[in-house]
Amino acid sequence: MAFANPNITALAVEATEFPDLARRYQVNGVPKTVVNDAIEILGALPQDAFVQQALSTFGSRVSTLTPPES
Amino acid sequence: MALLSPADQEKLRDSFKEMTANVRLLFFTQTVGCETCLQTRQILDELPPLSGRISVEEVNLVLEKDKAAQYGIDRVPAIALLSQDGEGQGHDSRIRFLGTPAGYEFISLVHAIMLVGGRASGLTEENRQRIASVDKPVTMQVFTTPT
Repeated sequence: MAFANPNITALAVEATEFPDLARRYQVNGVPKTVVNDAIEILGALPQDAFVQQALSTFGSRVSTLTPPES
Repeated sequence: MALLSPADQEKLRDSFKEMTANVRLLFFTQTVGCETCLQTRQILDELPPLSGRISVEEVNLVLEKDKAAQYGIDRVPAIALLSQDGEGQGHDSRIRFLGTPAGYEFISLVHAIMLVGGRASGLTEENRQRIASVDKPVTMQVFTTPT
């Protein structure tokens, strides 16, 4: 995903080597994905579901920002 | 002594032939207080002999603070993947590995190298567009263990 958008940075973190990070993000099982310290995804998901969940609060297609037609 | 068996070396050499761009691995390390930096260096040293498209550049976290800051690296061992253009100029892929790339992490590293080296990502067109629409900085951390 980082490769598909310059706004995205991807970090693979080895949890046992950095217990401080594992504690901070409450990593009790792997893989665990944390997006902008806000979204958490536990386990491996199919591509569609992963992209959907990882980016659920991002992107420009927010229909509520469209002004109502007059 | 080589960490990879001759059979694994052969498999990797074959896979790396798919690469169409050069990839540079920036290896962030420090001389004191990093138990796993040596092992990481040994693992990374296995790769360049398998493909002329892969190179490793060591960056000292303590002595080269500016470079570490440029890539947002504040702990070691860490690896940043860069694609290189025809002039040898590096382009940050924004793909990083924190910790020793052993076990399954080694497989992930190989996949990341192949991706940066030009292999198709496997993303569907719909997901690619969804990802491309993100217009704010996003950091995704994937926590794993070596086994």
